[in-house]
Amino acid sequence: MQGSTTEFKRQAEAALHDATLQRAMAKAKGGFVDKRRLAVARLPEFAQIRAEAKAIKEHTLAHLDYYLEQFERKVLESGGRVHWARTADEACAAVLAIIGAASKQVLKGKSMVSEEIGLNAAMERAGHTVVETDLGEYIIQLAHEPPSHIIAPAVHKTRDQITDLFQAEHEKYGLTERVTETEDIVNEARQVLRTKFLSADVGITGANFLIAETGSTVIVTNEGNGDLTQILPRTHIVTASIEKVIPSLDDMTVLLRLLARSATGQEMSSYNTLSTGPRRADDLDGPEEFHVVIVDNGRSDMLGNEFHDMLRCIRCGACLNHCPVYGAIGGHAYGWVYPGPMGSVLTPLMIGLENARDLPNACTLNGRCGEVCPMSIPLPDMLRTLRFKEHERKLSKARARGALKAWGLLARRPRLYQVVTALMTAVLGSIGGRAGRFRSLPLASGWTQARDLPAPQGATFQRMWRRRR
Amino acid sequence: MSAARDEIFTRIRRSLRRDAPLAAPPAHRSQAPESNVRPRLEKDPLECFIDKVHAAAGTVDRISAISDVVQATSDYLHRHGLEPRLVVASHPLISELAWPAEWKIHAGPARGEDHIGVGAAFAGVAETGTLVMLSGADNPTTLNFLPDDHIVVVSALQIVAHLEDAWRLMRDSVTAMPRTVNLITGPSRTADVEQTIQLGAHGPRRLHVIVIED
Amino acid sequence: MVSAPDNSPPPSVGLFVTCLIDLFRPNVGFAAVKLLEKADCKVEVPRAQTCCGQPAYNNGDQHTTADIARQVIAAFESFDYVVAASGSCIGMIKEHYPRVLKDDPSWLDRAQRLAGRCHELTAFLVDVMQLQEVESSFAATATYHDSCSGLRELGIKQQPRALLSKVGGVTLKEMEDSEVCCGFGGTFCIKYPKISERMVSDKTANIVASEAECILGGDMGCLLNIAGRLKREGSPIKVYHVAEVLAGMANQSAIGDGKS
Repeated sequence: MQGSTTEFKRQAEAALHDATLQRAMAKAKGGFVDKRRLAVARLPEFAQIRAEAKAIKEHTLAHLDYYLEQFERKVLESGGRVHWARTADEACAAVLAIIGAASKQVLKGKSMVSEEIGLNAAMERAGHTVVETDLGEYIIQLAHEPPSHIIAPAVHKTRDQITDLFQAEHEKYGLTERVTETEDIVNEARQVLRTKFLSADVGITGANFLIAETGSTVIVTNEGNGDLTQILPRTHIVTASIEKVIPSLDDMTVLLRLLARSATGQEMSSYNTLSTGPRRADDLDGPEEFHVVIVDNGRSDMLGNEFHDMLRCIRCGACLNHCPVYGAIGGHAYGWVYPGPMGSVLTPLMIGLENARDLPNACTLNGRCGEVCPMSIPLPDMLRTLRFKEHERKLSKARARGALKAWGLLARRPRLYQVVTALMTAVLGSIGGRAGRFRSLPLASGWTQARDLPAPQGATFQRMWRRRR
Repeated sequence: MSAARDEIFTRIRRSLRRDAPLAAPPAHRSQAPESNVRPRLEKDPLECFIDKVHAAAGTVDRISAISDVVQATSDYLHRHGLEPRLVVASHPLISELAWPAEWKIHAGPARGEDHIGVGAAFAGVAETGTLVMLSGADNPTTLNFLPDDHIVVVSALQIVAHLEDAWRLMRDSVTAMPRTVNLITGPSRTADVEQTIQLGAHGPRRLHVIVIED
Repeated sequence: MVSAPDNSPPPSVGLFVTCLIDLFRPNVGFAAVKLLEKADCKVEVPRAQTCCGQPAYNNGDQHTTADIARQVIAAFESFDYVVAASGSCIGMIKEHYPRVLKDDPSWLDRAQRLAGRCHELTAFLVDVMQLQEVESSFAATATYHDSCSGLRELGIKQQPRALLSKVGGVTLKEMEDSEVCCGFGGTFCIKYPKISERMVSDKTANIVASEAECILGGDMGCLLNIAGRLKREGSPIKVYHVAEVLAGMANQSAIGDGKS
């Protein structure tokens, strides 16, 4: 996908001033957090299961080649086909080759990796008609926008905006009444998409897991759209990345105990579906062809390096839901497919740190994302590691580097430091002491544009301490 | 195999500091599935299952004989004011039922115009109120998703405590993995409009479970 | 007061002042000394300290961070304990110095040995010295902001509240989202002022909604940020470091308030 990560700061500020976006974000705020907290509290074994889940993923990653080959073998045995793609372009090409030259009606279930590889645009360029079937994805497809959240793609949209979109886009189906209530909005989408389900040629879904034991791909959904997408069309294509593989059904069971709880606060999502090969000889429905496109796109390099832990991610969205920066600016400001903490780690790794310099820095390192991550991914540490790399590669601004260097020289010379700081506090204390604060201060506008700067008390602790003792 | 495949595996092995495939399968806990941490159930599995189906916005009927499925279905249709036009699975739990002659019944996959589907679950999972549905000639997957009302028959003997138990049952009794395994917990829902939960997004608006306790 | 079961000498405590207390609020440093001395500790303030190194660390400069880490370790490793009135700085010394020095075996060893003896002030008083009484009074309703590093790196949550419950006159009124970041984040608040402004505004809104007369916390960074925002909003709510209240030293102008 084309990104706008270099525009992060401008986009974030625009988002903060976007009253509609802020209204939508305010409605979402707290809901995810409260539901997750309750769901976790109701499972006394949560911590144990979390440790178990980490161990499963670590075991799988340490033997990733083995499990991918086992998965591939099982898919072939069940009559499906596996396609390997090193890059986003190769993945799109593989999907297009499966669909074939003639123009087709393609349905899609929600898939973040398909966003990552820019699949919709590639299919549209090739002349296919693509319809997103997850309600949130459908809404943003109508709005020509990317998802702003990995599990709630239209979280940035208010109901009024959805009403307007539906009115504009559904008139062509003879649906002219303006639907304003949630129930009516959902029903109208159901009605429109139902006809698409019944007439499509190809269904594309993502995969939450690939199970090596059985050669199954697994999707976790609530709407049932992913199921209709894969059982009605003649061809079912799954797009998945290499780190989705896990050894067994029992391993999946462990991860399922964490996924929905961490995402939406459900114990289980409504539909967890395992798809294994095409329809069997005596099956009455299901796809005649089953293809799995397995994408690397940089992941094999992350294996074993300092960002290895990120490969445990199960895309639950808890880190987004608990990130105060994400909550303030929403997902689009980040400028690429994956927003929030997990995105701020992944995006620079996928599109280059030099193209996403702000992302690892736009974080207070408050640690809430790491605390709630069901896979115990040390997100704050990885964001800091990306900052190390920015520093090593001299990607940060020269002025900031200069200031940091000057501070570093002083901080390593305690005597000098204490003389300089004593002088500074004395000056600032005498100017600002009476008011107790500064409303503005040269060189501190970053601070004072948002808040006053409390004035120093007048002398440093070190100086007062030495005087007293 | 493709160049892409070769390169991906080469890169993975390079990152794992190995230059060849493993000689033997790696030792893994999944070879001893009983090792999973199982959440403790607060009640016996059947009661727990029923509570959890309710918690997931489903409804439950408990009957004592297979033949009572017809009456339970009739009551359900009556409660919701539904016409007796059903698409039914040809599963043994259902195919022998004596449906009233005036009802419109067809077997086979569901079609767009089918509003009520009756299927049979392979198992019910007490931990989460989840139905395990296996696709096959006697249980088409479309039945689970196209109709507005999804009625599922399950024997109390098939209620297991945890999903791991359902996998064990499956390994013991099903020769090959079916094309589709649906783990169904409550009816279809979405929260994509302002994070408000609305039932009946694309799949069934209602899920009704009939438990046979004989 | 701590009971002395034997006649062993009082533990020696090196006070890590922290740069923000040193620069902005020496009163907190003196409050910490008073509390430690009341808990029968022998307190010293090594001169060879400046800052814990987080500005360098969190801006990617590992080399400078390692130098500062070695400087702090050398200055403090002779004490029984290192205590600071900041969860953030203690988290840095305890959790992060060993990582920064991971490739330097002799210093790594020294960092790890120091890590076990580092404590945030309230946690030290409650968990190590088992302080039972606090001789202080402070007639006000207060709300408490849980600073992120202390909360998530060190598990500090109950300790300041336990101590505050012993202060005469204080009523604690918890605010919504007391565990959510205030938007300080070190240089974050200067690099991304607009996002930070939004976060601190959410925090002050929760403080105001708690109807407390004052807001307490354990980290100067958060407190300067919150006080600065409250003052910008014209709020009369007072801001103190929890140590000032516990030591009976909240009689000075609150953070960001002028001389009355």
